[in-house]
Amino acid sequence: MLKGTVKVRLKDGVLDPQGQTIRRALAQMGYDWVRNVRTGRTFEVEIEAEDALSARGRLEEISSKLLANPVIESFQVEVRS
Amino acid sequence: MRFGVVTFPGSNCDYDAYAALRHVLCTPVEFLWHADPDLKDVDCVILPGGFSFGDYLRAGAIARFSPVMGSVIKFAETGGLVWGICNGFQILLEAGLLPGAMLRNSTMRFACQWVRLSVESTRTPFTRSCSPGQILRIPIAHAEGDYYADDDVIDELENGGQVVFRYVNSRGEADESSNPNGSRHNIAGIMNREGNVLGMMPHPERAVETILGSADGLVLFRSLLGTTASGMGTPAKTRVATQRGAQV
Repeated sequence: MLKGTVKVRLKDGVLDPQGQTIRRALAQMGYDWVRNVRTGRTFEVEIEAEDALSARGRLEEISSKLLANPVIESFQVEVRS
Repeated sequence: MRFGVVTFPGSNCDYDAYAALRHVLCTPVEFLWHADPDLKDVDCVILPGGFSFGDYLRAGAIARFSPVMGSVIKFAETGGLVWGICNGFQILLEAGLLPGAMLRNSTMRFACQWVRLSVESTRTPFTRSCSPGQILRIPIAHAEGDYYADDDVIDELENGGQVVFRYVNSRGEADESSNPNGSRHNIAGIMNREGNVLGMMPHPERAVETILGSADGLVLFRSLLGTTASGMGTPAKTRVATQRGAQV
């Protein structure tokens, strides 16, 4: 069993109203040095795979098919051995 | 003309669509089940509003892989009429039957209100009974309805006449104040290039009797029923092709 992490984020240029709302809240709390916030999500995935290379391939496949929507999101895969 | 309304776990407008067809328009309609690929030989599939699979991951992302969707995609590709309303539109986008994606409303609020829609194209099986530029009063109810596509896709939609509905003000202008969710170009509904797949965020099935506040949604159902009458049983694909031919 291998463990991997998939980080999904909105592509640059795609509006992130959640991030903007969080930034405004932080400014209100006095953290006015926060310039910008972009939200995303992380998936911790345990998978069956021969080795790290095939694990990466499998994670990339499920990321592009389901975990991320390539129209608005990009993703990053990390495999831990 | 027989309709099928798909029920996914979390659909909540399936009965509204069913009632509009069966009780208001007295038209044959069946429920289809998300886990059953059988489309029961219907002529038009409706993907209804709601929160399929709890909107987990992204609205429509999980429903898009339901067994019934394999059949819906094949049906659409062979010219079958598919109509996605609200969550149904989100599912069509996730399935790639329509281009683009939905973002969280730019207001960060769930938008539950009456809107005015301009009918941008009457050369579709879904709007052929509308008059050009007609304004419909229909409700919306969604949190992820900010239609997004990159500039190239938006240009393609605009140039190809695929924008079917736009949010407008009382003068029929698509301005910022009439845009409830941040959608690009005030887009409320689009169709595919072939014209047999329509997705829209507003809920026509909730505006089918004056007691509900508006009966403006009926004209879309009537357009579809009229399609069959004039088409005399010709397959949908041929009808659409003829229409588009006539327009050129």
